[in-house]
Amino acid sequence: MQAPRAGLFVTCLIDLMRPSVGFAAARLIEEAGCKVIVPERQTCCGQPAYNSGDRATAKALALQTVRAFADCDYVVVPSGSCAAMLKVHYPRLVSNEPSGIQSEVADFTAKVHELCTFLTSIRPLTKVPGRYTGRVTYHDACSGLRELGVKGAPRRLLALVPGVEITEMTEPETCCGFGGVFAEKYAGISNAIVTRKADDATSTSADLLLAGDLGCLMNMAGKLTRDGRPLACRHVAEVLAGELADPPIGHRPTDVR
Amino acid sequence: MTASPATFRENADAALANERLQTALAKLPGGLVAQRRAAVAAVPEFETLREEARAIRDTTLDHLAAHLEAFETKATAMGSVVHWAADATGARRVVTDICRAANARRIVKGKSMVSEEIGLNAHLEAQGLEVIESDLGEYIIQKRGEAPSHIIAPAIHLTEADVEADFRSYHMHLPADRPLPNPESLVSEARGVLREKFLTADVGITGANFLVAETGTSIIVTNEGNGDLSQTLPRIHIVVATIDKVVPTLDEAMTLLRVLARSATGQDMTAYTTFATGPRRAADLDGPTECHIVLVDNGRSDMLASAMRDALRCIRCGACMNHCPVYNAIGGHAYGWVYPGPIGAVLTPALLGIAGTSHLPSASTFCGSCEAVCPVKIPLVSLMRTWRERAHEQGTGSRTSRALLSLWAYAATRPALYHLLARFGVAFGGALSRSKGRFSRLPIARGWLRDRDIPAPQGRTFQQLWKETERGVPR
Repeated sequence: MQAPRAGLFVTCLIDLMRPSVGFAAARLIEEAGCKVIVPERQTCCGQPAYNSGDRATAKALALQTVRAFADCDYVVVPSGSCAAMLKVHYPRLVSNEPSGIQSEVADFTAKVHELCTFLTSIRPLTKVPGRYTGRVTYHDACSGLRELGVKGAPRRLLALVPGVEITEMTEPETCCGFGGVFAEKYAGISNAIVTRKADDATSTSADLLLAGDLGCLMNMAGKLTRDGRPLACRHVAEVLAGELADPPIGHRPTDVR
Repeated sequence: MTASPATFRENADAALANERLQTALAKLPGGLVAQRRAAVAAVPEFETLREEARAIRDTTLDHLAAHLEAFETKATAMGSVVHWAADATGARRVVTDICRAANARRIVKGKSMVSEEIGLNAHLEAQGLEVIESDLGEYIIQKRGEAPSHIIAPAIHLTEADVEADFRSYHMHLPADRPLPNPESLVSEARGVLREKFLTADVGITGANFLVAETGTSIIVTNEGNGDLSQTLPRIHIVVATIDKVVPTLDEAMTLLRVLARSATGQDMTAYTTFATGPRRAADLDGPTECHIVLVDNGRSDMLASAMRDALRCIRCGACMNHCPVYNAIGGHAYGWVYPGPIGAVLTPALLGIAGTSHLPSASTFCGSCEAVCPVKIPLVSLMRTWRERAHEQGTGSRTSRALLSLWAYAATRPALYHLLARFGVAFGGALSRSKGRFSRLPIARGWLRDRDIPAPQGRTFQQLWKETERGVPR
């Protein structure tokens, strides 16, 4: 039997800022017995436009994405917020379109899975390539948590990593204050929110702060490095796949942890 | 500077710098939020109740006019006088006329957000009437000349120390060296001061949490009993309520009450749930001789016919703001109008127009905590996004950010061009920052960079690297 074709929706942030997360995700999807496909006609899920009120651009990007993955059996997304955009919001964007387009989008959304959910519920892994000795804490990024119910999946996967001890924050489900354009447009408020998150994460005395969304991670890492706190940030896929050769987010090449 | 929704950014900066406010706000997570969590955990069927509450509100809105007419008929039969007010001016006029006809001089008020919305106090005072807020929080902020910063906890922006200092300066008739060591002593002092006002007031004005059509009853929920005194002791009771408050039956009101207090304060029920049906009857020992109910539209009919309809389900519990990271950071005054938090970000543009209020729905991370706790499941994030779409259509917002969005959209919808630009951009950014691991200064993103670094890109795009690897060999 041929391996199913899993399209990797790279996400624009991973493509631009941290390709190592994309390779980590690809490694895990292969572990799950799939052939990884990376369509070139993908760019961004459209959230920056959608959440800025530019519905026309968001819809154009939705259709572009849907068509780019037409020949895949699965679409796997290493980001809760991009996955929710594809799975929950694309149908809303085309709700006034002809039924042909609506069913094209419906076929697509049925194939979309957030990475950790994919690796626990769709193509469950019983072991992962990564190993990490230390304490980690996990931030439940908002969209994945509240729109897709991503909560247990990353923790179950982390429990498969030899050496990992998970220690929870007081409020792992509280927003980090990123919010896309919000983080710049209302920077003072965003900073106040991420300050509380950084305090909470630091007080766990974990040495790694993990999450499934690079946007939130860049926000939290940017706060932690500016304040000179030792807690480092990585995408959960990096730990699961053992892709730890690159320094943590926002750290110097010499700071490998 | 007068705080308004248009000056939201400045309001927020001031709030973030206000240490006293930050001290007060820091109590929210361990206070109302923790109390709600405990109350909800104790009711296994809470999710079912939320769904029932949503359905009750939705089906009532489907036939709102009919339920309002039924309410008017029943309330009139029970001896109340029902007045209709299309807008704030009309509502103020109705209330003023009732007070004038009764030769009233002193008015005590129970807590009412719609009276804030229509600017009732200032108007009555301008007519020479004395208005006394009797809810403790409202009493405190009335004395300070402030507006409520929360819809159920109007003085939540203050600390006990603030209130103690205020009371010592207001209540000069009391001994200066009296001990006021705790909230109980402050409540007791306010009670003593207010008691005399209740006994001498001519008119009591309250809002309504619900108006029950089948009985012609107005329901208020309070924890201090001040609402009961406001509506039973003076000779005239005036209920001011917006038209969305109507509920068909008492049974349905009960379901809504079950989710209201739990969502608001984490109580199973508030200390007082008071039903008022018409004026004093012959055998009654107390109660007003006249009962007036002023049904205020003030934009609700327009909302009912608009994309914002779902926001009319709101039962004003305040859970959305208690759980909002933005509200928790800046408090309610920064929103610049009567209703703060996520529900305010939806209601304010609906009632005042989006032109001067577009910051409110923009200033959200869309974390969805509000929706997750809303007892009537208002899709607050979607509604805020709809306002962002209206603002985008109308061309509000900065020209620079619109231009950047257009440029980005042009590239993002052309994958080949996008990937080419991405390669160059990332190579450039990586070369500038990789040795440090982050940017600390840039000519862009100054807001972010004031308190945070921007992590460096790794230097090549994933698409580029994937193509170069074996796995990325073209199929």
